[in-house]
This record gives sequence, structure tokens and C-alpha cells, in this order.
Amino acid sequence: MSKYNFDYLDELEAEAIHILREVAGQFEKPALLFSGGKDSITLVRLAEKAFRPGKFPFPLVHIDTGHNFEETIDYRDKMVARLGERLIVGSVQKSIDEGKAVEQKGKNASRNALQTVTLLDTIEKHQFDACIGGARRDEEKARAKERIFSVRDEFGQWDPKRQRPELWNIYNGKIHKGENVRVFPISNWTELDVWNYIRRENIELPSIYFAHDRDVITRNGQLMAASPFVNMDEEDVVERKKVRFRTVGDISCTAAIASEADQIDDIIAEISQSKISERGARMDDKVSEAAMEDRKKGGYF
Amino acid sequence: MNILKFFTAGSVDDGKSTLIGRLLYDTDSILADQLEAIQNANRKNDDGTVDLAILTDGLRAEREQGITIDVAYKYFQTDQRKFIIADTPGHIQYTRNMVTGASTANLAIILVDARNGVVEQTIRHSYLVSLLGIKHVVVAVNKMDMVDYSETVFDAITQKYKSLAEELKLQDVTYIPVSALKGDNIVHPSERMAWYSGDSLLHFLEQVDTDVQEKSEKARLPVQWVIRPQTDELHDYRGYAGRVVSGTFKVNDKITVLPSGANSTISKIEFFDKELAEASSGQSVTIHLATDVDISRGDTIVNSSALPQESKLIEADLCWMDTKALDTSITYLLQHNSKVTKVKIAEVVYKVDINTLEKHAADEFKLNDIGRVVLKTADALALDLYHENKANGSAILIDSRTNLTVGATMFRALAD
Repeated sequence: MSKYNFDYLDELEAEAIHILREVAGQFEKPALLFSGGKDSITLVRLAEKAFRPGKFPFPLVHIDTGHNFEETIDYRDKMVARLGERLIVGSVQKSIDEGKAVEQKGKNASRNALQTVTLLDTIEKHQFDACIGGARRDEEKARAKERIFSVRDEFGQWDPKRQRPELWNIYNGKIHKGENVRVFPISNWTELDVWNYIRRENIELPSIYFAHDRDVITRNGQLMAASPFVNMDEEDVVERKKVRFRTVGDISCTAAIASEADQIDDIIAEISQSKISERGARMDDKVSEAAMEDRKKGGYF
Repeated sequence: MNILKFFTAGSVDDGKSTLIGRLLYDTDSILADQLEAIQNANRKNDDGTVDLAILTDGLRAEREQGITIDVAYKYFQTDQRKFIIADTPGHIQYTRNMVTGASTANLAIILVDARNGVVEQTIRHSYLVSLLGIKHVVVAVNKMDMVDYSETVFDAITQKYKSLAEELKLQDVTYIPVSALKGDNIVHPSERMAWYSGDSLLHFLEQVDTDVQEKSEKARLPVQWVIRPQTDELHDYRGYAGRVVSGTFKVNDKITVLPSGANSTISKIEFFDKELAEASSGQSVTIHLATDVDISRGDTIVNSSALPQESKLIEADLCWMDTKALDTSITYLLQHNSKVTKVKIAEVVYKVDINTLEKHAADEFKLNDIGRVVLKTADALALDLYHENKANGSAILIDSRTNLTVGATMFRALAD
């Protein structure tokens, strides 16, 4: 019956577009959370497919920790200019200046956790009733159980005990005043699916996803970018290494992996193989570099 | 490569966790940290091998804390297919969980313990599979290692299940003897059951045809959103955005918009920067019509030669999913694709005892109850019956006081 060649990426794409259009149809003031990472970049492409040639029915919202890789901010600004869409920036620095958030102290200080304060503030200020995010269910155990439409209370809290059953392709976006819904259109995608989609669609990514020479320090077994935002002391040895990042976030908590993969094909090969090498190393402690990322996925961070 | 969504029905005792664990383990789908956890765990099988059931331990811990997480989704992939497992934990609120997991599944694996055969629980699971209209069923007769891999035991269970399958009108049932614990016939064919010549479970999952029976030929597109750029150069642009839930639309097809009944012709089908000659079920597209028609979200575009039924009185099977019982005196909301309308439960026709499959008259409908009701909607629905077209024959009920999803309904007939 199905003559057309509708493969798994087409199916994931069509599902995500359906979800984005449900958000547009069901909510008054939605927003798309844009981190500059590959998952939210994928969301932007899906939004183009869902709504062009019209405007997006939502602004892009970037929660800016102030501790960014320059490359991602460049990328963001160019992308917004190309899209002609509205960008709202919620500043963690501002939350700190206003005393709403307190900077962490010590060597491993990061602004990752502070983002939540700024996010909730931004949601409240703009009265967003739905926030679209790029989280995936394969990332970690808790996410595997979260709904595509995930209702949060006034404090942004997820209550796994009170989740609504989600049946067929019907999404219940009804909420009370003050509540909002987090929506995850790429819930059913895996990391590999995202990369395969980026390759197929020929989507440009920030350069830090590809192998490049960078000054790094090794901390707790992980490679961190040597940066003014990372608290360093005399124990830290700065080395020049060829690395790439598998995720993009606050510079103070985003670890790099040693990699030679400077082309998307190489990255996909690396990710596909990382599962096998983990399996290959299953009876000993030879943990591959990619496994470090997978550990993070398992809830280590 | 396409996607197969499936779920497994069985309790912890049937080895459901071990089966899922075995599938993931033998397809190299387990991440390093999980593997380490299994190897370092104190819990081992009697013969010293690792206990794969630990892979679903997260869920068990939740149960110990009294938290009910109804469905967890797991992903793995082979060269043939991408697989999505809806993992529905056993004990608490089992019916609700299973119905939720089953609603999006192409296939159900029903686990039967070879030592116990077809039991009450098997009947319950199979009934829910038939209720949800899942076309492909695999009866995995597990723990074959505990019955000396006996063909006689397997045949007896198969015979017993066949009469149940007939009673429930399950059409496509495949029987596979397995040992999830030892890995027999899960991914690799078993050498210990030379008498079995069929597929291993994974091989079956890789090649089972999901297209054939799944979808109706009748073309339906619930409109989700109207694209109107209203710019100078796209002044007259009006695109109706939605996902084709069944059938195929082609350019120049005559279509009808419901509920208004307005007729028009498809002038263009767009997908982002491409123009398509046709769009089939599953595709999210934008449709343009030759004439000006008033269309908004909640309307359905259908092929004029295959109109759906329209009714405000519908007989439906209902699965109740809320801790607060059904109240026939109040008005609920019914969400059918992109359409939301008010609804009352005009009548409870009967309730089903899912252990015996007997029907009883009933006044109340509580959590996990299933039965037949008559829905009375404020607006007429453009619907198909569930067995002909799942996507246009199903809806959810929402309690407007709590906004919770309280029921799942499957349309069975128009009521008088």
C-alpha cells in the first residue's frame, strides 16, 4: 500500500512536525528553548518544516549562562538572522546580579544548575504556557518515562506520579493557569538518529562539534576546555589536544572527547562504533572515550 | 529501514524484564555504564551468569518507593530496523499502563511461562491486545529451559492459545519457544530446540510487515494549523497543515471538509521546500485547495469518495484511567485528533470482567475498568470505526476540572 519510501527518519520527522503543530494549535504563548546544541538546532529545522513559509508561532528562547563557547553564540546570532525569527535571551548573569541565583564556588563551579532559576523567571516574565525542548528519551532513565507533553507546576516541577497517560497520537495540552507544559518533539529519537538526520538535511552545526585543536585540562577523567570560566589552579596542566564536543552547554560543565572526527561521516561512524567497543570491552575496564559520554547519559552528571 | 513499535505483556515472574534485557544485550544495545552495573551486581543467576533483569531495575526501585511510572520507552536498532519498546511495568494499574503502551504499538509480545501455560493473566493481556486492535501478536513461550526444551509442552500451549486467539479474533499470531534467561531463540536460534524451525524472536521482529494491515485506505487529514504568512508576496497563501492519518491524498483529488461539508479540489501538496504529487498516511504536509473554503483547526479534510460517518451518539469501548470514578452526570471533554468537544457518557452498556471476559451490567466505572458506553458529544464527529481506522476511530476523555486524561475510547458503532 505504501508506495513511497517512508523511512525511519521520515517517520520521526513527521511525528515531530505533528507535535510542533499541536503546540501551535493548543497553546497561547509557546516558546522554543534554544541552547545552540545539535538537538535544538534540529528542532529549529523541524519548525521550519512545520510552519514555513509562515512565521514560527513562537519565539526562540536562549537561557544564556554567560559561560559560552564563542562559536555557539556566533552560530546562534547568524541562525536567528537567517531565520528572521524573534530571539529572547534569559541571562543567568542577570539572575546572579539580581540576587536570584548564587554563583557556585570552588574548582568545579558551574552555572549549569543556575539555568533553572533563569528559565523559570523567563517563563514567568513572558507568561509562556508551553516550552519546546530537545530532550530525548534515550538520554537517561528518567527521561525514558517522561511524556511528550509533560505538565509542570508553577515551580517548573515534574511529578512522575501525576503524569497523564499519552495515547495514540493525541496530546492533552490542557493546563491550569500558572502551569506550563514542556514539549519534547524528538522524544523518540536517539543520538544516532539526530546525527543521521543532520547529515541527511545537511544542517550546519557550530564548529565545536567537529574535531579541532584546543587547550584542555583533564579533570575527574574528563577533558575540559581551558577557559577563563573554568576555575583552574596549579594542579591543572593545560595541554593542546584534538578534541570535539558531543554535547554543547555551559563551558564549565561540558566535557570534550579526544577525537579525530572532523567530518559528519566520521562522527556517525564514531558514535555507531562506540556501542560496539563498549560491548567489546565488556569484561574488562577498558572504557572507551565515547563511553564517558554514555556514562554521563546514564546519570553521572 | 523503518520503525517497529512493540510492547511486552507479562509480569515480572514471566521473565519480561529478562526478555527485554536479553534483546538489548544480544543486539549490543547496552551502554557501558549499564553493563558495568550488571557485571558488578551481587545478584547473579544460579549458574553465575549475569542477571539481565537488572536492566529494568530502575522501574523496580520506583515501585518500591510507591511511585507508578506507567510506561518507559526503550530504543534499539539493528541493520534492519529501529525498534521502540514500550515497557509497561506489571503490577499496579496494569490495565491503564498496557492500554497506553499498546495504543501506539504495531506488535505485542505476550509472554507465557512454559511451566504454567495459558493462565488468567494471559487471557487478560490477550483481551487488551484485541481491544486495542494490535494486528501482530507473538506468543513467546518462555522458560523453555525449565521444561527440558520440550516440544510437547510447547505444542500443548500453542493449541490452548489458538482457541483463545480465535475467541478474541486475533488474526496474526506467531508462536516462538524461548528462554530469555539462556538466550534461546531471542536473538540467536536455539541449538537446544532443533524441533523448532521458525524464526528467532528478533529475526521475526526484523521482518514482520507492519504496513499491510495497519492503516485504512480512506484518506483523512485532521487540520492542525492554518499557515497564512500574510506578507506582500504571499498575500493569498493559505495552507492547511496536518498529518495524513490514513489513506493517500493526490493533487486534483476531490475533497470534503468536515464538519462544514464544503467540497473542493486539492491544488497543491507541499512539504517545506518540495511540492509533492501525493501524501500518504504518516506524512506531515501542507495542503492547498482550489477554492476558498473556511477551514480551521479541528476540521478534517477527507477524500469525497470515502466519507467518514458523522454522529453525536457513538458506541465506544472505554478504558477508565483516573482514580476518580466516572461521573455520568458531568460533562467531560473529548479530544479526537485535533478536535475537542464536550461529551457526556449517556449510558454504560456493560463492563467487561477482563479475567473471564464476561460482560456485566454496571453503574460505576472505576480506574482500570473497561466496557462499552454510549458517548453523546456536543459537536458531531467525523469519525471512522476503530477496527477500520484506528487513528480516526479513537479519542481521549479529559476531565475539565483537573485537566487530566481520564479515559481512552475506541469507536465501535454509531448509536441510535
